[in-house]
Amino acid sequence: MTLLPDALKAALLLFLAVVVQATIVGSFHVLRGTPDLVLVLLLVIALLRGSIFGAVAGFWAGFLLDTAYLGTLGVSSLLLTLAGYWIGRYGETTGRDRAHAPFVSVAVVTFLFAVGELVLQFLLGEAVEARAALIDAMPATLALNLLLTVPVYAVVRRLLAPERDTGARSLEVPIVG
Amino acid sequence: MPRNRSGGGLAALSSSVRRTARPYSARKAQPIRRRVVVGVLALVSLALMTVYFREAEDGPLHDVQSVASTAMHPFDVGAERVARPFRDAYGWLSDLFNAREENQQLKDQIEQLRNQAIQNSTAATEVKRLQALLDYRRSDEFPADYDAIGAAVLADPPSDYEQFIIISAGSQDGVRLNAPVVTDEGLVGKVTRVSREQSRVALLTDKESAVSAYDVESEADGVIRHGAGGGDALILDRVPKDERVVRGDLVATSGRRFQLLPSIYPRNIQIGVVTSFGQTDIEANQQIQVDPFVDFDSLGAVLILKRKTPEPRFP
Repeated sequence: MTLLPDALKAALLLFLAVVVQATIVGSFHVLRGTPDLVLVLLLVIALLRGSIFGAVAGFWAGFLLDTAYLGTLGVSSLLLTLAGYWIGRYGETTGRDRAHAPFVSVAVVTFLFAVGELVLQFLLGEAVEARAALIDAMPATLALNLLLTVPVYAVVRRLLAPERDTGARSLEVPIVG
Repeated sequence: MPRNRSGGGLAALSSSVRRTARPYSARKAQPIRRRVVVGVLALVSLALMTVYFREAEDGPLHDVQSVASTAMHPFDVGAERVARPFRDAYGWLSDLFNAREENQQLKDQIEQLRNQAIQNSTAATEVKRLQALLDYRRSDEFPADYDAIGAAVLADPPSDYEQFIIISAGSQDGVRLNAPVVTDEGLVGKVTRVSREQSRVALLTDKESAVSAYDVESEADGVIRHGAGGGDALILDRVPKDERVVRGDLVATSGRRFQLLPSIYPRNIQIGVVTSFGQTDIEANQQIQVDPFVDFDSLGAVLILKRKTPEPRFP
């Protein structure tokens, strides 16, 4: 059973990512964009380890983020839970072994996460600036997240091997007709 | 290996994809477990959000967050200390890269402010000039049976030999040919051409200009013309030798008719002051030089006089 150590590794990685994001990466601005290490890491974990793992990891990462930034508890948890689950499902179904899967996941979720964050903040009555988040900062944030994906994916792939059913039997689906 | 999930059942079956063999119950339980987990987590998140949002600052969830934040604090501090040199270096580099752009922005800003200052100064001068015209229009010196049409000077005299200006009022504003043009300082000239939106004004310094005028102190009548010496100097011509004119006398329009012609200028619009006078035996009239009050080289705005009564008809 490698699930528990993997869960511990992922939890620790996400904890470190939140700390690094809050103290270092968050202050790194390029063309108004800021890389999101936690989101990239979560997506890579979800892609490699599946939907349930991704959802739980997302909840944990969101809780840590809301704690670190003293934000409304649950906001990041909800968004990252859904992101982790969705990308986990993508990995389980079509994306896991595809080279472009991490990049597609990061690109799509970066945008959707920003939209979701704006919507939740709006619903909570906080001041939101859609133009700044979705137009001004988005291209740079997207590019930075995609750049981050390469090293993060390489590291996480070493630490968390993709889930394999080593003990399970495999069968060929016969050609019909 | 790509797997076609959207191609329908036959297509999926026809590909030789290796699938994991699991017991039926396990395969059925997996999606349910997935949905339960994500549903529970989403609900917990929503509950956290709701409770956190509604509770007071000292509520239990705020306390939990505070404790968790305190627990994370040492890690934050440690990471921040480790990262500080790199952040400083990044900040230094970033400032360096931004310095050139900032420098250019500041230069542009200075240029804008300089232009703004010039515009403000010009506007202040314009306001002062217009205020003087307005004061003149409201004063008792302004001819009672005339209205005024204000106009900006669009073009100054093109040369010493062409003493006219172009103003920004034309026939659509009520400007008529031969209308007198004044400023608060005195008489400027008369309108010699009128278009729809602009007019041309011949200055007193024009060679063709002749205005019936008089010495206010001695009441000696004459005609103001451009002086022979050039520049802005005027002469009060046709003043008989027996009239007593002295230096410093004020000269103004007489408004009197010459023979059968009615004057186009109202009476008592000031023109200038006598600077010199003299007479010779061979001349029938005195030689009187007049310095005009109006500075013809820096006219900014003028008033065109318009009669309230019908225009006089020239025979």
